[in-house]
Amino acid sequence: MAKRIDVSGLNAYYGSFLAIEDISMSIEPRTVTAFIGPSGCGKSTFLRTLNRMHEVTPGGRVEGKVMLGDENLYGAGIDPVSVRREVGMVFQRPNPFPTMSVYDNVAAGLKLNGNFKKSELDDIVERSLKGANLWNEVKDRLNKPGSGLSGGQQQRLCIARAIAVEPNVLLMDEPCSALDPISTLAIEDLIGELKERFTIVIVTHNMQQAARVSDRTAFFNLAAVGQPGKLIEMDETERIFSNPSVQATEDYISGRFG
Amino acid sequence: MSHATLTDKRPGSLRGATLPKWFPWAVAAGSIALGIGISAAAGLRSSIQWGLIAAVLFVLGTYGIAGRVEGRRQAKDRVVTSLVWVAFLLAVIPLASLVYETVKRGVKVLDGYFLTHSMGVVADKDPGGGIYHAILGTLQQVGIATVIAVPIGVLTAIYLVEYGRGKLAKAVTFFVDVMTGIPSIVAGLFVLSTWILILGMGASGFAGALALTILMLPVVVRSTEEMLKLVPNELREASLALGVPKWRTILKVVVPTSIGGITTGVMLAIARITGETAPLLMLVWVTDFINANPFSDAQGSLPVYIYLQYSAGGEAAYDRAWAAALTLIAFIMILNLAARGIARWKAPKTGR
Repeated sequence: MAKRIDVSGLNAYYGSFLAIEDISMSIEPRTVTAFIGPSGCGKSTFLRTLNRMHEVTPGGRVEGKVMLGDENLYGAGIDPVSVRREVGMVFQRPNPFPTMSVYDNVAAGLKLNGNFKKSELDDIVERSLKGANLWNEVKDRLNKPGSGLSGGQQQRLCIARAIAVEPNVLLMDEPCSALDPISTLAIEDLIGELKERFTIVIVTHNMQQAARVSDRTAFFNLAAVGQPGKLIEMDETERIFSNPSVQATEDYISGRFG
Repeated sequence: MSHATLTDKRPGSLRGATLPKWFPWAVAAGSIALGIGISAAAGLRSSIQWGLIAAVLFVLGTYGIAGRVEGRRQAKDRVVTSLVWVAFLLAVIPLASLVYETVKRGVKVLDGYFLTHSMGVVADKDPGGGIYHAILGTLQQVGIATVIAVPIGVLTAIYLVEYGRGKLAKAVTFFVDVMTGIPSIVAGLFVLSTWILILGMGASGFAGALALTILMLPVVVRSTEEMLKLVPNELREASLALGVPKWRTILKVVVPTSIGGITTGVMLAIARITGETAPLLMLVWVTDFINANPFSDAQGSLPVYIYLQYSAGGEAAYDRAWAAALTLIAFIMILNLAARGIARWKAPKTGR
């Protein structure tokens, strides 16, 4: 299922403001890639260009190429809706649908798209919740509202919701920043399991987390406020954290930033 | 000496002098008694006069006593609290007296016979008769207006919140604002000139419903718009990121999340138009007979009925007018209660 992502010469704008400039990188299938960098350097913006969520923001537009497998996501005739079925996303703050039960939240992607068989739905929900390590905690309350779960459970519910539609790639935008250390650990373990099946890209402010979960790490930076963010370097996580080739990366990682 | 008073006011502990819990009640009772006393002494008869005197005494007395005992900050706090209470009472008194008066005078002739018979063979001066024709007319006219205004209004609001960017959205918002301020008689005149004079249609319940639609539309758009804006953007993004098309996201996520508020807004809009009289008088005319067809000929309606009975004069007609007013208030109240019920039932659930 997992596919390779190749980005080349990507610029993203908010209106006339260039937010990220000339980004090129390759993301291997069945790996975890972490994006690190200071606030405002465009990590999240770049992440959102990978499933065409960037253009949901008013004024958002993109130049360049993002190849998913052998298809350019920004090519002519590409439907953003189909792209988002291939590339799922988990957000910073847990956002289960408040009107839906735990079950319906997980089934939302299938139910809202209308392409499901009722008999398969139970299986998919159970499989997705098990995949998100949430099944044992919620199996007795599948019909209770999803917003009644704890923050960590809600985030895993959102992960279950994202993997229920069987995407090729899973994007995670600081998925643990609103969670306590125990829930964070649960989600990090989960990321380790999910990479068997999906290509995972994770944005994080937590350097230890990047070091723990990712195979490759990309460091983003911006020259100054108001300047576009750029990809400084990308390498094996081990190398980035032990022996980066750019001084700025080392400064950021060792806390000597700015 | 002055040094001593200073230290008195700032004791070493955090506990200051506090007035007992019954203090506001005592001041209120005292100022009412004093207000009545002053009015009696000065020969003022009106209850409004002693009420106002008591309200002023209450606020000043609270400030004076609390300032002496508790200090200035607490005194200000108490004054603002008492001002809020006075304002609340001033707002509630007319409402309560209106309901009291309507119920007192309305129950006299309000019974099953009154609700199920028309005025067809009853002269205005005689007792008897009923409001069935008016209830029927009001239900049909308001019903038609709702059926037209709610879909248009809700869809307009969805356009403004979810799709509207640029000039068209600004223009729509502007015209909705202008429409909010249209006097009902002007809406009536508009329908009169287009529907009846230009298109040559006769007076009917439907013509009245058209005028009510014009009045209802901006209220529905505004309230729905506010409710849709309250839906967190994260939910839209979560749905879009699952590969759900935008229109399904709106239909299945955004609207269900805000359906309680939208329903409340619609009910309030219905309540607002149910009491309209002027356009109906002009467009539906009046009749004392039952007309179940809203598309032709004159129909009755509750507000117009009240107006007619009042202008007919005489004990029996006044009683009927009050009873019809009570029916109208009860109808709107039931609608409001229903709206609250639906809002609570449909609200996003938080239980574990």
